[in-house]
Amino acid sequence: MNAPVAKLKVAILGTGNIGTDLLIKSLRSQWLQPTLFVGRNLTSAGMVKAHSLGVPISDQSINAIADKPGCCDLVFDATSAADAKRHAAILRSLGKTVIDLTPAKVGEMCVPAVNLGDCDDVPNINMVTCGGQASIPIAFLIGQTQSDVQYVEVVSSIASRSAGPATRRNIDEYVETTEKAIMRFTHANSVKAILILNPAEPCIDMQTTIFATVGSANLPALREAVSEMVANVKQYVPGYELVVAPILENGRIVVTVKVQGLGDYLPKYAGNLDIINCAAIAAAEQIAKKRALQDPTQLKVAIS
Amino acid sequence: MSKILICDPTLRDGNHAVAHQITSDQIALYAAAADCAGVPVVEVGHGNGLGASSLQVGLAKVPDAEMLRVAKEHLVHSKLGIHVIPGFATVRGHLMQALDLGVDVVRVASHCTEADTTEQHISYVRSTGKEVYGVLMMSHMASPNVLLDEALKMQSYGAEAVVIMDSAGAYVPDDVSERIGILTDGLGVPVGFHGHNNLGMAVANSVAAVRAGAAIIDGTARGFGAGAGNTQLEVLIPVLHKLGFETGIDLYAILDAADTAEKHLMPNPPIVSSTSIVSGLAGVFSGFSKHVLRLSAEYGVDPRDVFFELGRRKVVAGQEDSVIEVVIMLAGKGTKTCH
Repeated sequence: MNAPVAKLKVAILGTGNIGTDLLIKSLRSQWLQPTLFVGRNLTSAGMVKAHSLGVPISDQSINAIADKPGCCDLVFDATSAADAKRHAAILRSLGKTVIDLTPAKVGEMCVPAVNLGDCDDVPNINMVTCGGQASIPIAFLIGQTQSDVQYVEVVSSIASRSAGPATRRNIDEYVETTEKAIMRFTHANSVKAILILNPAEPCIDMQTTIFATVGSANLPALREAVSEMVANVKQYVPGYELVVAPILENGRIVVTVKVQGLGDYLPKYAGNLDIINCAAIAAAEQIAKKRALQDPTQLKVAIS
Repeated sequence: MSKILICDPTLRDGNHAVAHQITSDQIALYAAAADCAGVPVVEVGHGNGLGASSLQVGLAKVPDAEMLRVAKEHLVHSKLGIHVIPGFATVRGHLMQALDLGVDVVRVASHCTEADTTEQHISYVRSTGKEVYGVLMMSHMASPNVLLDEALKMQSYGAEAVVIMDSAGAYVPDDVSERIGILTDGLGVPVGFHGHNNLGMAVANSVAAVRAGAAIIDGTARGFGAGAGNTQLEVLIPVLHKLGFETGIDLYAILDAADTAEKHLMPNPPIVSSTSIVSGLAGVFSGFSKHVLRLSAEYGVDPRDVFFELGRRKVVAGQEDSVIEVVIMLAGKGTKTCH
């Protein structure tokens, strides 16, 4: 599809690493126009960066959007799970679509390579977790290609320096959110998510292994589907790579992927932060495309 | 005479040695024997602790709840302990149930530089009034000052003791003296040491630890544990007594408990095998041993190359999947062996 006459106006709530990286990705998008970058502190590193890029900024938190609802069509929420829950109700009453990057679990869980089509018409989209974004495309295929999927387990190892204080304080939230999503996308009888922080220097790339036990493994079908899926994910996460193609080892199916980041605002090793942002941008662009198709004039009118 | 608190993870670390296949009967037998010997804390569980039964590390034969129930039934005087790694076990999914089953001591562990992942779990246990320690695993991978900073974090979350683990069996006694010395000076809570025997140093390292001020030492029957095994408990006890430390453990009864363990728990007692020496030199988590040996045999590579490559990559406990990747990579290269 050609680029639209006018882009979808997006606001970003949360000026930390995730929010700032999202801002840079939004600025590069043919479909999105960041119209407001919102936090609590005008002197934070993210705010300074946004200002230097010529993006309007505010330190009024959610009020910045509530006071001027015309400022945007869609809001990326990159705050915290607790704040995101509060924001969700306010933004819903304002009629804003929300893409939630926290583990608040308010909205429809979205993994673009798997269910983008289910997410372009809902008020709140949840981007699960970094480990969820890396593992679910593969775990989903295990559910699709194998019969009698008894158990699925996903293990992500990430560089210590890419795990912020909120993640560290609340690892349980990561585990619970990832497990809920794996269950939803695989329909396995039981699931488990494990997170490992590795402090090695130079920092390791994010690596995720998907294990499964199934009735009787069909590896050829899985291999074919996985190579196609990796190509699909690569379209929105360029650093997504297959490291161990599906094998059957010690009674378990094993697939390993790694994710290198784009190095936009965050270092390349932070593939875990990059993948969730790339997925959020893919979801926002899908919404922009759908709205442009439904009413090609609407966006133009809205912006003029 | 100064008193040393002995914690015995035979029924937890030993699970690594048998691919997590310890049975309920074995738990019942050994728990009763350790209780009879006066072991203060008996730790039970999957090798990586609560909630760690997984395809990544190995599926346990007996579910957590069952292991704890059986152990609790057979402990009269000893406290029941568990090892808990955030990232494997959650408060709501695992820890609450374990405490309901009568666990007395919770040892919340993280990789040695990641203490801030333990705050939620430590403070939760503290809020229930149960005893809680912090554990820094793979402690050879951090400098003594970093270890102190991390231990201080655990103390600030409410840990009532901090134990450092030589999970790879990589230390020699001077390493231990330096670290324990800095920790005992810097912390307001007791310090503990958990050794592995890859370089044949586990008892010597434990002695260095108590001389430097450690108040808690871990040991297991016959050294039953990951890789080359742990500090051999029935050797450690008389050695500590000989040096003038008190443990409250009866010599004959702990010797009997070790005999029981050898006869009923282990196909073979642990030895310092050639591969576990390499594992210790490479500084790789002892729990990887079974995975490395199995996968090396499957793919026809030299397990020693695998350990050195894992060491070069600085993998930490819980990254067992990296063994698969490394073995496949080495199999693709072809390895050289001298005949």
